Amino acid sequence: MPRRVAIIATGQTKHAARRLDVNIAELITEAVTRALQDADLTMRDIDAVLLGNMEPFEGFLFPELWAVEGWGGYMKPSVKFNTGGTVGTTTAIAAYYYVASGIYDTVMAIGFQKQSEGHTQTAITTVGDPIWERSVMAGAIGNFAVMATTYMHESGVTEEQAAKVAVKARRNACLNEYAHLQMPDITVEDVLKSEMLAYPVKRLDMCPQSDGAVAVIFAEESKAQRLAPRPAWIKAVATAHEQQYMGDSPKRLAEMRSLIAASRRAYQAAGITNPRRELDVAEIYEVASFAELAMYENLGFCERGEGGKLIDAGVTELTGELPVNPSGGVLSTNPIGATALIRVAEAALQIMGKAGRRQVEGARTALATGYGGNAWTDILILSREKP
Amino acid sequence: MDRHPHPESREAVSREETTLRVPFLLDVEYRYAVGQYGRRFFTELRDHARLMGVRCPECERVYVPPRPVCGICYHELHEWVEVGPEGTIVGWTVVRIPFIDPMTGEQRPVPYGFAIIRLDGAATSLYHFLDETDERKIRVGQRVRAVFREKREGSLRDILHFRLLEE
Repeated sequence: MPRRVAIIATGQTKHAARRLDVNIAELITEAVTRALQDADLTMRDIDAVLLGNMEPFEGFLFPELWAVEGWGGYMKPSVKFNTGGTVGTTTAIAAYYYVASGIYDTVMAIGFQKQSEGHTQTAITTVGDPIWERSVMAGAIGNFAVMATTYMHESGVTEEQAAKVAVKARRNACLNEYAHLQMPDITVEDVLKSEMLAYPVKRLDMCPQSDGAVAVIFAEESKAQRLAPRPAWIKAVATAHEQQYMGDSPKRLAEMRSLIAASRRAYQAAGITNPRRELDVAEIYEVASFAELAMYENLGFCERGEGGKLIDAGVTELTGELPVNPSGGVLSTNPIGATALIRVAEAALQIMGKAGRRQVEGARTALATGYGGNAWTDILILSREKP
Repeated sequence: MDRHPHPESREAVSREETTLRVPFLLDVEYRYAVGQYGRRFFTELRDHARLMGVRCPECERVYVPPRPVCGICYHELHEWVEVGPEGTIVGWTVVRIPFIDPMTGEQRPVPYGFAIIRLDGAATSLYHFLDETDERKIRVGQRVRAVFREKREGSLRDILHFRLLEE
């Protein structure tokens, strides 16, 4: 039987477009120090460290070596993860496995990316298969846009409904001291009038490129109970992959097969039958406004084709029935190697009651997702109750 | 003592004039093998302007790109069939944001039409260029036809683009 595991501490940097004041090691130190302070621990208390980062973005290979002063890994077992958009959740799930296995008691998961030091669009294009995809790929934005039109066609969502997601994210971000894009006055009109990047995606529909790092500490049951007043217990984890090429997934956003498969497995493991009612908050990996609406449908928050209506009804606002991304989400902060782990950290903050002005009152069950690679999904369900 | 000052104070330090820059340019050339299935596909494309897929004997899905194993049934795939050159648009866009083309290292000219295309006879889709850049003239479900280059050398860009067909 796997051991019970909980998140006991988190730390984040101030995420920004350019953190020219720090190098990668110093950026990581900022998150690691805050996570250690959060649990009143030192690096001596950490048994193993897992690093998440997408090396092609900075061209900073072997970050585990060059940045070791920043993440404190001297003489500690460590592994680096490099799975695309899911990097952060893959690292979190691995940390869960490390502790659940009984081999390590306290494990730190770190995610970071300093996108200002590289070239994001080009790096994303090189992620495609060199023979079959790279020669025609259209960067992150063009590739996303072709999927968005399929989804609009299938579900009937409008550009206005997507714009509401973009507004929700940037306004929520104002309640999060770590968020990159904070836009208190943003309106639906602003989003619709922002520069067209690739129809239907406009500049404000898209996530930013950020510099940032996050550290999350996982512990086994007795340590978790001793070190955290209210640990965030890992209730379920699940991962699902797609077939290898972009064109293998028949409807892309309109039918996200890996998101459906992974979420249903996680719901079942956590005993959740009605996610909209039984989840209190969700931190999901929405790289663009349209994706969040598609994810509502594929996560089972609403019926197929109802994603637009859910945002219209305010269900996913901070004050709604199921707040989605109170942190401001990926639309406000996207240091790629950290992004999915930030989802986990934010979900944990909600369970621990430490989410400050973005706290969802009485949150007991939280969902965190990672999405990326070629339409791959990671899911974690965190709970105030022990599994 | 807090070794890490408040985030805002660090932000204030992030000014260009305090930054020391060391210019650094990386120019890397890669060469990839296309593999056995790729060799057959690209030879047919180069020599006969024909698009080929492989059919699964169990579920009968036809895969493009061709590959050795069906991802649904896990059957080995050996039966080659022709697909296209006509197909249907599954998703589309007009890319207006410039970015570096990894094939050339140069900025790819924008705007250009870009689509997910289900080739006739295939169960999967291909991402490729469209010959149209007017958003009002493109829609999901529209029929398209591959336009091949005169001089082909065995790459996906032997297809110049897909042309929208008259309704």
